[in-house]
Amino acid sequence: MNKYYGYQGVILRVNLTERTIKKENLDLDEALKFIGGRGLGTKILMDEIDPNIDPLSIDNKLIFITGPLSGTNTPTGGRYMVVTKSPLTGTVACSNSGGYWGAELKFAGYDGIIIEGKAEKPVYLNIVDDVVEFKDATTIWGKLVGETTTILEEVHGKKSRVATIGPAGEKLSKMSSIMNERGRAAGRSGVGAVMGSKNLKAIVVRGTKKVNISDSEKLKEVFSRCITKIRENGVTGQGLPTYGSAILVNIINENGVMPTNNFQQSYFDKAEEISGETLSEKYLVKKEPCFRCPIACGRYCKVDDIEGSGPEYETVWGFGSDCGISDLGAIIKANYWCNEYGIDTISVSSTIAAAMELYQKGYIKKEDLDGSPELTWGNSEAIIEWTKKIGECTGLGAKMAEGSYRLCESYGVPELSMSVKKQELPAYDPRGIQGIGINYATSNRGGCHVRGYMISPEILGLPQSLDRFSIEGKAEWTKIFQDFTAGIDSVGLCLFTSFALGADDYADLYNAVSGINISGNDFIEAGERIWNLERLFNLKAGIDPSQDTLPKRLLEDPIAEGPSKGCVNKLSETLPEYYKVRGWSEEGLPTEERLEVLGIKEYM
Amino acid sequence: MKIKIKLFATLRDNRDKILEIEYKEGTEIREIIKDLNIDEKDVAILLKNGRSAKMDDVILEGDYLSLFPPIGGG
Repeated sequence: MNKYYGYQGVILRVNLTERTIKKENLDLDEALKFIGGRGLGTKILMDEIDPNIDPLSIDNKLIFITGPLSGTNTPTGGRYMVVTKSPLTGTVACSNSGGYWGAELKFAGYDGIIIEGKAEKPVYLNIVDDVVEFKDATTIWGKLVGETTTILEEVHGKKSRVATIGPAGEKLSKMSSIMNERGRAAGRSGVGAVMGSKNLKAIVVRGTKKVNISDSEKLKEVFSRCITKIRENGVTGQGLPTYGSAILVNIINENGVMPTNNFQQSYFDKAEEISGETLSEKYLVKKEPCFRCPIACGRYCKVDDIEGSGPEYETVWGFGSDCGISDLGAIIKANYWCNEYGIDTISVSSTIAAAMELYQKGYIKKEDLDGSPELTWGNSEAIIEWTKKIGECTGLGAKMAEGSYRLCESYGVPELSMSVKKQELPAYDPRGIQGIGINYATSNRGGCHVRGYMISPEILGLPQSLDRFSIEGKAEWTKIFQDFTAGIDSVGLCLFTSFALGADDYADLYNAVSGINISGNDFIEAGERIWNLERLFNLKAGIDPSQDTLPKRLLEDPIAEGPSKGCVNKLSETLPEYYKVRGWSEEGLPTEERLEVLGIKEYM
Repeated sequence: MKIKIKLFATLRDNRDKILEIEYKEGTEIREIIKDLNIDEKDVAILLKNGRSAKMDDVILEGDYLSLFPPIGGG
């Protein structure tokens, strides 16, 4: 039997229809080709499902997968991914979460879990090292995330880690998430609904094993070097620990690119009231790190009788300026309810913003609101109450739970949904930041910023400063960020480390842990392989390149006022260049030549 | 002429959030930073009227500056 380093060498296959549990050997050659996490999960999905299936049907599979560095002594080595076909976008979904659950799964002895089929009645899984059991979940079905977690911790012990859906996932909301440790989220793309469609409420894990390290001495040395870089970097060593990600509010707003009132404006004159500085002053209780994390960007905040993890920048933006809200306390409450119901803060807030524009323009009428708070810009009660209604999937809330695209489409105005491939855009106006626009349009899971965080060079000046108004070189940069990110998402570390670390650092960590010998360039090439595999899945699923676009507003309506006044996103010029640097055809299709070089021609 | 300077995050320590100071047109930004007792390396993002600026850029009537220390997120 091969000894594994980094990887545990075991994938759990759980069939909910037949109530069977199998332990399968991890194919190391496959693992090394796709690294793990996002890459390996996508490969398994590609091999095992027909990309054309209905995501909420019994044929979809739900894959929880860690990276080789998850659960090891590497900075932030604890992340896991949830890979499946998304009910929101119809693309491959890979939703990333931190906290401690992913590391615990490795300690139990598993690299990942493949969930197939559908349980007859609600169940949850309990995993304690080699023992994996089905448990009845009928008494916890319907409960909020916090209460569910408390109950399961009482039954199985506080050392167990719980990943669970809330009522929204049970009701198949396309914006539902999978939550771990109450406040960490595999948030985007409706992965919670896939779990709910299988009648799976939660997975509880407790592990006492170790992860084998190939070269402990080398790892200590590389770890030390990386920690120093992280501590000395301004973002990871100072900004994020002190203020959390919400520090971005003032930065983005001062550049005049903070979407306001559903992207109708791009500057919010009350930004200071919802800023990271104000959050620290008024509501912060403590900061929260994930497993082995030296950054500790997590926030734990309190307002009135509500307290919990978050809010992050995207949440503050979405429930803040995007809805015209200047009441940070209300934003914190809306975030809390998102965590409790198990729904994605970006999609929910953006959908409420779309609903506010529909109300502003008379498509949604007062009588449609069933007495709930009016969907008017700046109405604090509205963001709290409508979040709950979406979480409960009641009345108009049920319609909203389908996401902003389907909501707006039902009124005949899909162009009012600020989304790409039906997934809501995050907190940066691409009219004033050309590169992030390319990423939004081409991300394999729809509207997303983390897939290729061009904000880093274009706004923060890291690793170097790029002119956000210029299109020069942006296609090339976007590709590099996208490939690099795919590698990080696959190896098990947190994306925030990339403010401080480079490709060679990730390669060195991966080498020391798993006993292989790759370079920084190999690492990025693996990322490119993974990116192309995702693209192929999407093409087979019927997501054609015409969907590599942005909402009409962002292509045609110039920003009305502020520092970025007069700008639109020039995607028509950057997209052809992007296809070229990717080595794809003019139509945006991966070519046989490129796939051959990447070693995935068989997936064409 | 008066020029408005907005300070953010840790640059606000022991300073006001918004300052209005008298300067001549054509003054280099570098000089203003120095007068505020801020080390140039502590300014990671420098915006003039919301757009990226450099230390040796000069200020004109009606300009405002936004200064951020090294920070970020996502």
